[in-house]
Amino acid sequence: MSAAVGTRERGELLKNGAIQLMLAINAIIMIYPLFVMVMSSFKTNAEIFSSPFALPAHFSLANAERVWSETNFVRYLANSLGITLAAVALILLFSTMAAYAIARYQFRLSALVLMFFLSGMTVPLKLAIIPLFIQLDSLGLVDSYAGLVLVYVAMGIPSAVFIMTGFLRTLPRELEESARMDGASEFRIMRSIMLPLARPALVIVAIQNAVPIWNDFFFPLVLITSDKFKTLPQGLTVFVGEFTTDWGVLFTGLTLAALPITLLYIVLSKQFISGITQGAVK
Amino acid sequence: MNSGRRHTKKAFPWRRSLWIASLLTPALVVMVLFVLWPLLSAFRLAFYEFNGLQPTGFIGFENFRKVLFEQPYSGWTYNALKHNIIAFVALMVFENGTAFLLAYALLKALPGHRIHQVIVFLPVVLSAVIVGFLWKLFLHPLFGLVNQTLALVGIGAIPWLGNENTALGSVLFANVWHWLGFPTLVLLAGMQRVGKEVIEAARLDGAGDYVLMTRIIWPLIAPSVTIVTILTFIGSFNWFEIPYVMAGLTGSPGGATDVLGLYFYRTAFGSTTTGIQDFGQGSALAVMMFIIVAGVTAIALRYLRRREIEL
Repeated sequence: MSAAVGTRERGELLKNGAIQLMLAINAIIMIYPLFVMVMSSFKTNAEIFSSPFALPAHFSLANAERVWSETNFVRYLANSLGITLAAVALILLFSTMAAYAIARYQFRLSALVLMFFLSGMTVPLKLAIIPLFIQLDSLGLVDSYAGLVLVYVAMGIPSAVFIMTGFLRTLPRELEESARMDGASEFRIMRSIMLPLARPALVIVAIQNAVPIWNDFFFPLVLITSDKFKTLPQGLTVFVGEFTTDWGVLFTGLTLAALPITLLYIVLSKQFISGITQGAVK
Repeated sequence: MNSGRRHTKKAFPWRRSLWIASLLTPALVVMVLFVLWPLLSAFRLAFYEFNGLQPTGFIGFENFRKVLFEQPYSGWTYNALKHNIIAFVALMVFENGTAFLLAYALLKALPGHRIHQVIVFLPVVLSAVIVGFLWKLFLHPLFGLVNQTLALVGIGAIPWLGNENTALGSVLFANVWHWLGFPTLVLLAGMQRVGKEVIEAARLDGAGDYVLMTRIIWPLIAPSVTIVTILTFIGSFNWFEIPYVMAGLTGSPGGATDVLGLYFYRTAFGSTTTGIQDFGQGSALAVMMFIIVAGVTAIALRYLRRREIEL
């Protein structure tokens, strides 16, 4: 019997070894390209072409300086940051307000309003870009921050309302009732008692929206034409067009563009993963 | 607004209604202006002739007839559609197939499985523009990392993105690398919900890995498979960013990487090479893409959900 257990254990060990090997190979495929990207950003063009696998001879910041001084990179970065923050803030504000009304009060059209928001989740807004473009044009919002932000807000509201309504419904009624007995206004009850409890849901909604907005390329491509309003992904295409042959600068641009969200992801990986997977699964 | 101590909801019903309405208004206004109205218009505009941004006249199904039956538009439409279908099948097999194996490997919770989850998901948070350009550089025939690596084992330079036979595959590869973490972690979450007890019980009954995977885990993670399949389908038919970045607006070389998203964009907003800019035909394409995605999703949900219930 002990012999049988022995072979079985050995078989298990072998199998786990094979699995670990497969995972290790996969990890290398996922990480190594990013590692090369970062290392290449310190290299000269000649170094990248002649010794692609070697570490840089010097950790030179010459490429970074050129990105800083010769391109609008910083402008693109600031635009992306501003647009993302504005859009996420408005999504949180508007959807929490709407969700609060649906979740905490009983009124006649409540179910219908919720249905309206939920049906918005299934709409791929990209396919409505032509009327959206005409609409924004008639409002004078094409090629402006406001137009882009409003499109993102419209895209984010449905699933944010869905998540916030679900969460706000779980909060106990007693909290609200006792505050009401004490004479607190409806606004105060919402602001000081209920919303602080909703913070975990707000974090999920914020990440779920911030990542796709930060990374989006399609809507800026259609809606933004002035260089001064361009976002980071859009700016990268301009940048790549200008430095086609200068790979050191290109890798530096890609590295710097990837840096902010990568750092944030490393700090908040758990929230990112659950936010993004839940966001799409809903 | 609601500051009064005695303003109970019975005494002032209109105050309560006003409060609720003001909570709902901002979200509803944005939704009506920027989702509902554009969506309804999208269907209407497909039946109009355009001059620039202005619809000039109702022309029935003419736009649809052109993109479906009149050369050269119809040729472009079917060429792009074919590539969307290829993309869907390839992503199901390679991306989701790999994701299933990875998820099963991660389910064992061997040392390092947590860090692996973080690593495999890292490209998912990056912009498709970054991923596309990165792989475009790596796939460069002379100086790219891929061919430099292959040169080490004596394989000659392959023009990955320049050759009609390899271009679409190369773009798909970059897409798999970008998104692999997503189905992996969705399927892993599904497998974890199956529960250790069920897996232990099956093991005690003598089930090996193969039997466990095909007879126990696969049927029980049906809801996750449904989600991954549908999202892959939607993603394949809205595919735009990575092909745009890696192969350009016309799906070079020679349309070998053209997909409906690119073709739609070119038709609607024009391109320097084709020159046409037609909101009418663009709207017709958008409506057809919408019908394909919504129709197939509805049918697939029905079929896949039934499979979930039966098991």
